[in-house]
Amino acid sequence: MSGFSPLMSPVVLIDLALLTMLILVAVAMLRSRHLFAVVMLSGIYSLLSAAFFVSLDAVDVAFTEAAVGAGISTVLMLAGMLLTVRREKPKTPGRAPVALAVVLAMGAALFYATIDMPAFGDPQAPANNYVGQEYVERTASEIPMPNIVTAVLASYRGFDTMGETMVIFTAGVAVLLLLGLGSVRGGREVSDAKTKKRDD
Amino acid sequence: MMFGAVTAAIFVAMGLTLVRAFAGPSLYDRILAGNSFGTKTVLLIGLMGFITGRPDFLDIALLYALINFASTIAILRFFSYRRSQEEAA
Repeated sequence: MSGFSPLMSPVVLIDLALLTMLILVAVAMLRSRHLFAVVMLSGIYSLLSAAFFVSLDAVDVAFTEAAVGAGISTVLMLAGMLLTVRREKPKTPGRAPVALAVVLAMGAALFYATIDMPAFGDPQAPANNYVGQEYVERTASEIPMPNIVTAVLASYRGFDTMGETMVIFTAGVAVLLLLGLGSVRGGREVSDAKTKKRDD
Repeated sequence: MMFGAVTAAIFVAMGLTLVRAFAGPSLYDRILAGNSFGTKTVLLIGLMGFITGRPDFLDIALLYALINFASTIAILRFFSYRRSQEEAA
């Protein structure tokens, strides 16, 4: 990426449209009492934010968001929803002025904190002053990979990524074993037989 | 210019899909809205690649299409699985 885009470039317009739709979807999620609609809307929300991440050039984050947010967590929320009722109870009409004040103050503080952030893409920003510059300069000659993020994840921090993958894989296997999903021997009957034996 | 027009059209289609997802009375309206919104996202990412002059975004769009397909199947399978469980119980 060379140079900054002017204020009303097509990418900025796309970002504006995406963010507007994000707000619309979020408001609709808050207002809806129908839990299934909320689950589907949260999937749409993830897809929108994934598209937004792609336009910010954070392709790997966008991909995780699409896989986890729109894929897995939708199914998990459906599973949770089907264990309860499908409609949220009508909200009690009481207002919460203290909570509103806390949220507004917190939001104002966060907005105030963004003033101190370095400008987007500023070469003097702390994030660009440590090893980042080294990666940008040396990736092209050291690792034959066009994408620097991929080079960092898969080569410079290869062992780290491998350890993370092993942790997640182990956690997934452990959860599957605990839940007994799709057990080859038909989990429920085997456990029944065991308890019967213990009773004898 | 052409890409701009197509992007605007995609955004209009996204808006219409959102209306269906907000209003859609039945469960299947919403599943369909979610699925077709995913398709619009795939198209939009492809278009963004062409607008910014990097058509290799198409690969990412393809991966999104796969995820979208798989998650819709997962949601529908989930419902049929629940129904068969309820009938067995």
